Amino acid sequence: MTALASVVTFLPAVGAVLLAFVPRRAEGALRGLGLAIAILTFLVSLPLWFGFDAGSADYQFEELVRWMPALGVSYHVGVDGISLLLILLTTLLTPVALASAWHAIHDRTKEFVIAMLVLETGMLGVFMALDLFLFFVFWEAMLVPMYFIIGVWGGPRRVYAAIKFVLYTMVGSALMLLAILALYYQHGAATGTFTFDLPTIVRWVMPPGLPQTLMFLAFSLAFAIKVPLFPFHTWLPDAHVEAPTAGSVILAGVLLKMGTYGFVRFCLPLFPDASVAFAGLVFALSVVGIVYGAWVSTVQPDLKKLVAYSSVSHLGFVMLGIFTLTPQGVVGGVIQMVNHGLSTGALFLMVGMIYERRHTRLIEDFGGLWKVIPAFSALFLIVSLSSLGLPGLNGFVGEFLILLGAFQVNPWLAAVATTGIIFAAVYLLWMYQRVIFGEIRHEENARLTDLNLREWAVLVPVLLFIVWIGVYPSLFTEKMRVSVDALINQVQSKASVAALR
Amino acid sequence: MIEITAPPVLLSTVAPVLIVMGTAGLVLLLDLVPPRHSKDHLASLALAGLVAALIVTVWQWGGERRGFRDMVVLDGYVSFFNVVICYAVALVVLLSMDYLKRSGTESGEYYALVLFAASGMMLMASATDLIVVFLALELMSLSLYVLAGLFKQSLASSEASMKYFLLGVFASSFLLYGVALVYGATGTTQIERVAAALAGKTPSAMLVIGLGLMLVGFGFKISSVPFHMWAPDVYQGAPTSVTALIATGSKAAAFAALLRVLMSGLRVATPQWTELLWILAALTMTVGNVVAIAQSNLKRMLAYSSVAHVGYMMVGIVAGGAGGAGAVLFYLLAYTFTTIGTFGVITLCERTTNVEADEVSDYAGLGRRHPLLAFVLTLFLLSLVGIPPLAGFVGKFYLFGAAIRGGYVWLAVIGVLNSAIAAYYYLRVIVYMYMREPEGDVATWAPSFAGGLALTIALVGIVLLGVMPAPFADLALAAVAPLLR
Repeated sequence: MTALASVVTFLPAVGAVLLAFVPRRAEGALRGLGLAIAILTFLVSLPLWFGFDAGSADYQFEELVRWMPALGVSYHVGVDGISLLLILLTTLLTPVALASAWHAIHDRTKEFVIAMLVLETGMLGVFMALDLFLFFVFWEAMLVPMYFIIGVWGGPRRVYAAIKFVLYTMVGSALMLLAILALYYQHGAATGTFTFDLPTIVRWVMPPGLPQTLMFLAFSLAFAIKVPLFPFHTWLPDAHVEAPTAGSVILAGVLLKMGTYGFVRFCLPLFPDASVAFAGLVFALSVVGIVYGAWVSTVQPDLKKLVAYSSVSHLGFVMLGIFTLTPQGVVGGVIQMVNHGLSTGALFLMVGMIYERRHTRLIEDFGGLWKVIPAFSALFLIVSLSSLGLPGLNGFVGEFLILLGAFQVNPWLAAVATTGIIFAAVYLLWMYQRVIFGEIRHEENARLTDLNLREWAVLVPVLLFIVWIGVYPSLFTEKMRVSVDALINQVQSKASVAALR
Repeated sequence: MIEITAPPVLLSTVAPVLIVMGTAGLVLLLDLVPPRHSKDHLASLALAGLVAALIVTVWQWGGERRGFRDMVVLDGYVSFFNVVICYAVALVVLLSMDYLKRSGTESGEYYALVLFAASGMMLMASATDLIVVFLALELMSLSLYVLAGLFKQSLASSEASMKYFLLGVFASSFLLYGVALVYGATGTTQIERVAAALAGKTPSAMLVIGLGLMLVGFGFKISSVPFHMWAPDVYQGAPTSVTALIATGSKAAAFAALLRVLMSGLRVATPQWTELLWILAALTMTVGNVVAIAQSNLKRMLAYSSVAHVGYMMVGIVAGGAGGAGAVLFYLLAYTFTTIGTFGVITLCERTTNVEADEVSDYAGLGRRHPLLAFVLTLFLLSLVGIPPLAGFVGKFYLFGAAIRGGYVWLAVIGVLNSAIAAYYYLRVIVYMYMREPEGDVATWAPSFAGGLALTIALVGIVLLGVMPAPFADLALAAVAPLLR
């Protein structure tokens, strides 16, 4: 199939349009159809994985259609080793998130399912777009369904959290829009071709200087807010805590990766000199985020908030890996994006499951769950261990590669970052101990029911990949190695060409 | 015996204007004969006239016709504005039909006045002489002053009318004085001859003062800061259908004349007006958006938001050149569809105690009561925010692109940050519709076929302009070519 990338991207949106014609009272049908569309999207996206040639750094499954010829805007999509895994992560987590919301969402089910499917198209579009204009369209359009998911189906302070989320993102992306325009005119003036096409612009070596620095900063602000890189993280705990479980899963699992992906896809190859120049600063901020996120997690009384702050710490690792600009670091960074999506997604799922039963997320309201719900406790343990980076599970692979890269660049900061892993063990295991072990202090906890079939079905696919990546990582890293090597070569050679001038 | 030669009169130059004006007269005449109880036939006649004008405009497209001793012209630029204005007015007529019945103010002269205003707007776009600009402006404005006071029993409507009239007349006299000074400096009021008389000279003080006074007059009509004070009261007090007309048609017309005067007539003074408009644009965007945040009345909020949108369009004028002017034209098209749609939804909502549901809180829970209507309003608001892939986003993209290209990076930065601020108050309406439970008296949908048709056209417009902007942008770019010769 030639248009596979487009089919995967737009299948959920087409499904959402069809769902609009299903009567609102048929809630079961809406849920079932929505889930079926999401699973179908996952199945359709599998050929991307199997058909992908890992030996080539080129974009594959490419499609190029002129959209606004006078401006040089085209509909250009494609997949390379870096986006491949993130696309599959998106198509995997969306059905999982939809299934997790089966009973949690009663109100306005129709709108919810439609919003989730539109959101999936937006996210896939962001990862597939190879045209700056197209990328920006998906990047902004995706805000709207997420805004509704947090604002309509969220917790008590949902409106505040939703608006905060949108405003933070919009301020960042507003400046990115200007930087895209500036880049367009700079490239056009220098080469004579006015285009928004990413591969074309990347081939051009931008002279170092103030314009490049400003554009880098504008792009970086948009991405750093999304990641979120310390100190732009303050929207995250609000959004995560207020969002419904399905929203948190998508937010942590996929949306945050759009920021780190943006750094890899746009900032590094487009602005190599500025990336090299600012690598030290990003490095330092990442390490601050790692340690700060871990410390703040430790003292959270609320399970969801704990997981939210742990994201700040984990995403710090990803940023650290990317800005080492070494093959190990970047590969580690990309694989860690996937790992974080799986582990933190699973953590949010399980926190959501326990919340549905007890209607509280406070750690002190639990305790002694092992005796009551052993299956839940066992899976929760695996997920927590994966999140803290136990060897044999996925988290270890990414963090190890990242630190390997980081030690080559700056051993001291890398050493500080390593403490983040220790703190991760502290906050996750201490949380686990208080929730799962000990005596049953609250009567309600004794009557909890263990995982049902639907919840097993939700968790098993995620756990499968958690173990798979942990045991046999090279299957996944091999797919991206050539793309990452090509990217690093490109950045280094462009930066050195510029230095020679 | 002195031979008096009649000047060549080319009626085809003003054919669309004449059709609309003739229809207005016909509406007034037919209003006197039965049936007297319903005015639907008059509305239909008005629509037919507008559609006829639209068809003639499209048929005449391309080429250049001049008439009345070069006082009016018909070229691609004029045709573009004729289309925008005819569309806007036709949508307003559609929205008015049931809205006026509900408020009990249905009358034949309403449609006649709307058409007279429309002919004034179209004449303003085609005027190449400052005197005709002034005449057309007065034809448009006087009709609008009356329309704003249509709700005779409503204090707010009368206040709106009075305020609009007093401030409007004041602004018109500024414009006229500016025209007089430009005439003093150049010896002509024909815009192209003004340009020819000034070519190669440094602008004199008299000319610059004339320019400043004209900018005051136009600034009032487009409601740019600091001449925007009338907008909130008039927008809130006037009947919503009239507000939609003031917000779209009259602004499009004023921009048409302003662009022609600045870019064609006063090209030699470009550095002077660019500097002035830079400051005004920055102020207009910022004041409009910041004050809009504090509004609890939806119409008032939209008034300030329209001030902000004028600021964005002024960025395009500052950017200059075909890119800047073309971006302004495209934005006007996008803005017209979006704004009429937004006000259109308001005309379709009513409260039990009041004809109009114009407080933001009236819309609480609309997403539950009328999902389709709420969804439509959401799309219009998102287009105003500038979320892709809707018309508003592409419009801003062209405008800020032109600004970056022209080297006005800081103005573009102010612009995009403003559009991020604007997201807050537009989203607040969505918050009420979807995320708040209603308390007390709320807005409900007053079904109307004509209104639904108008909303559908506007909705198709914003989606089409957002997804397939290229042909329209090319059209806008081709339209501004005559200005830059």
